[in-house]
Amino acid sequence: MIEARNLSMTFGENLVLDDVSFVFEVGKTNLIIGQSGSGKTVLMKSLVGLLEPDEGEVIYDGRNFCMMGIYERRKLQQEIGMLFQGGALFDSLSVEQNVMFPLNMFTKMSLAEKTERVNFCLERVNLAGRNKLMPSELSGGMIKRVAIARAISLNPKYLFCDEPNSGLDPITSGVIDELIKEITEEFNITTVVNTHDMNSVLMTGEKIAFIHQGKIWWSGTRHEILHTDNEVLNDFIFATELTRRLKR
Amino acid sequence: MMIQVFRKPVKWSVFWGQLMNEFQKIGVESLGIVAIISTFMGAVLTMQVAFNIDSPLISPLIIGFTVRQSVILEFAPTVISLILAGKVGSRIASEIGTMRVTEQIDALQTMGVNSANFLVLPKLVAAVFFNPVLIVMSMFLGMTGGLIACLLMNLTSFTAYVDGLQAWYDPWTVSYSLIKTVIFAFIIVTVSGFNGYIIKGGALEVGNASTKAVVQSSILIILFNLLLTKILL
Repeated sequence: MIEARNLSMTFGENLVLDDVSFVFEVGKTNLIIGQSGSGKTVLMKSLVGLLEPDEGEVIYDGRNFCMMGIYERRKLQQEIGMLFQGGALFDSLSVEQNVMFPLNMFTKMSLAEKTERVNFCLERVNLAGRNKLMPSELSGGMIKRVAIARAISLNPKYLFCDEPNSGLDPITSGVIDELIKEITEEFNITTVVNTHDMNSVLMTGEKIAFIHQGKIWWSGTRHEILHTDNEVLNDFIFATELTRRLKR
Repeated sequence: MMIQVFRKPVKWSVFWGQLMNEFQKIGVESLGIVAIISTFMGAVLTMQVAFNIDSPLISPLIIGFTVRQSVILEFAPTVISLILAGKVGSRIASEIGTMRVTEQIDALQTMGVNSANFLVLPKLVAAVFFNPVLIVMSMFLGMTGGLIACLLMNLTSFTAYVDGLQAWYDPWTVSYSLIKTVIFAFIIVTVSGFNGYIIKGGALEVGNASTKAVVQSSILIILFNLLLTKILL
């Protein structure tokens, strides 16, 4: 479980996070949704330690991340897997080397054990046998799947996904969403996903936080979101002609 | 950032692999350009010295002596370091900068890796150890280039040139040159690494950082050259 407590953050004069509190539950796909510029990415980066909030705390299973020293933080970060918007694969390393990277850095596994683990992770994301390909040879969906394989290679307790569907077609998006949901349940991970893709929300949103102007404006489940009377949320959900027609 | 760079690597075996890779990229891949520039500059230097000191009153040894002193004291450590600031510095800044804008550095950090240490320390160690090798090679090739010019253009005799190279030799000049080289290598890697590491933005900023890295390290090399010459000679 991850708990954000009263997080606030400003960039210059601009208040990006305004007293945000939310509990991200274990074994569930927790979604942060909102418009571009609403503060989703800043919230996620504050949770993983890439940005330092001005106020507030982040608690990982009772451990206060904001109060930790640099070594304690790095230790905890080894329990975190993160999927970045663009995949963030290391260009100079092959698929296998990318997935093996956290194992090389933080384990004493033999090469055979590491290779076995890499193959398991790649199989889990349906990329078995693609070990030797370079990132430049992969499609957008494959990059995301390799990034997921790398994120889960160390058996993380927490998985963060920053807009996992951006730049993907609806079918590949669905595959990625399904994969994240399956991995979350299979390994009992606390997963936090940033998205503004309504398909993802309806497919995977077991717990949803709608963030608007730096505040948690609404929270609930995917079943509740379609029947909310929150005006700002409704404007966000039914922003497209397709969703408006479906509502009618 | 510098404090982070000098922390102990997370895993020595990974650091060793990185270091070997950087020896290849920073050192071995610079051998060609250093060899070509050194040989030709040595030849040109010899021709200019011979042209300017064309007097029966001056000993013929002076050509070899002047070439040796110029190459060891200034040309090899400073000019070659300036060239390396362009070649190696721009590569380091653009490599680290691209990693920053494509979130690869963020990925390292969220894994719990000290990214500054992981990316900069192997480059720094490789440059500090390999640049002196390049400079010694440059000294040798500069003087060899001078010899070739002497023989091909009949500037002076082989014996006079070689005797000149050996005349009034002070070993401290080589030590001075190598001390400068190590400090210049440190400047090139840290300035370029810093410029790449702090990038915010996209491709345009990567280009700007690369240019800034070369300009700043070149200026610092020139300034430190003056300072070190005043202190050491």
